[in-house]
Amino acid sequence: MLGWGVDRLRADMSRLLAILFHQGVLDEQFLQLQQLQDESSPNFVSEVVNIYFHESEKLLRNLRGLLLDREFSDYKKMGIHLNQFMGSSSSIGAKRVRNVCVAFRAASEQNNRAGCLRALELLEHEYCYLKNKLHELFQMEQQRVLAAGVRYPLHQQL
Amino acid sequence: MSEKMDGFDLSPNSNSDNEEEGVHVLAVDDSLVDRKVIERLLKISSCKVTAVDSGWRALKLLGLLDEEDKSSSSSSSSAGFDVLKVDLIITDYCMPGMTGYELLKKIKESTTFREIPVVIMSSENVVARIDRCLEEGAEDFIVKPVKLSDVKRIRDYMASREVRSVQNQEERSSSNINKRKLQECFDLSLSSSPPSISSSSSSSSSSSSSSLSYPSRSPSLTPSPPSLFSSSAPCSPSSLDSPTRRLKMTGFD
Repeated sequence: MLGWGVDRLRADMSRLLAILFHQGVLDEQFLQLQQLQDESSPNFVSEVVNIYFHESEKLLRNLRGLLLDREFSDYKKMGIHLNQFMGSSSSIGAKRVRNVCVAFRAASEQNNRAGCLRALELLEHEYCYLKNKLHELFQMEQQRVLAAGVRYPLHQQL
Repeated sequence: MSEKMDGFDLSPNSNSDNEEEGVHVLAVDDSLVDRKVIERLLKISSCKVTAVDSGWRALKLLGLLDEEDKSSSSSSSSAGFDVLKVDLIITDYCMPGMTGYELLKKIKESTTFREIPVVIMSSENVVARIDRCLEEGAEDFIVKPVKLSDVKRIRDYMASREVRSVQNQEERSSSNINKRKLQECFDLSLSSSPPSISSSSSSSSSSSSSSLSYPSRSPSLTPSPPSLFSSSAPCSPSSLDSPTRRLKMTGFD
């Protein structure tokens, strides 16, 4: 009964990915990650992305904590957090998040607090959007796997 | 599945029975995301991987720690960590504490480990940085994010390195066989100069032109330090490979 949804789900996933690429939210590095996923490592992409989410939220908390501190002056520390965020974002193909980090870092190097605050807001917005979309994608993938399993129960034993 | 111990990601290989074969890579990166990615890239390229989160841990694993750290190194050896044998080290440049550049220097300063090729990864495409690393002896410099094509290039380089080392070993053993034959035929002692014997045997051997340059290499090798390849060869030009070991991955001899 659920079987006929597999193709629909696959089409929906492709469409979502295409949109995200078109918007510049993701770049070809995300495709590279998908290529690294196979039977021996079937959840590779979601594993790496979940680590990325965990680390990113910590970094965002740190950045927010630094900037909202009235006596804030440690732009160097902020730069370190930003470099980490930039690096991991580029490694998973999160292009827009990475680009906001670049702008954020530029403001930080100029000791421009107002600019940093604006960049932080934008960064949180972009990160939220990315997280939501990737969750959507992973949910669709899970549903597709389940539906494929129902459709071809014998193949699960392979 | 990989286990995590104290900053290490130990990834058991599915074909751990052929530990002698395959390239063993030590990957160093403070970012967990990047460690996961580089680990997967290397495993999918048939490499055995040990991933650590700092230069300090890398040196500890290699057994290259300083004297002051003897107390901590003895406790780690009691935990069952043997000194690791690696064929390649790939490290991030920007790391807290010890940078990838500093790690590179320490490895190249070590007589035991300077033979091991070191690859640097960096998210910044800075020419001065790249030059500095290459001058210090890095085999290659990869701009992040690391892709499958980058790892393939490294893999191909390691394979060609192995072919060269096998060829050199074959030349050494064939020259030894010829020396023994000559000894039997003419009842010569082995104290006669190796260059002249090898030059006469090279004409009869079917090996490549590199055997002809065999005698010319030996004078330049006397000041060279012991290399990883010198252990088994009895004849004097044993570290044949040392002039060529610093080849960059895009070049050939």
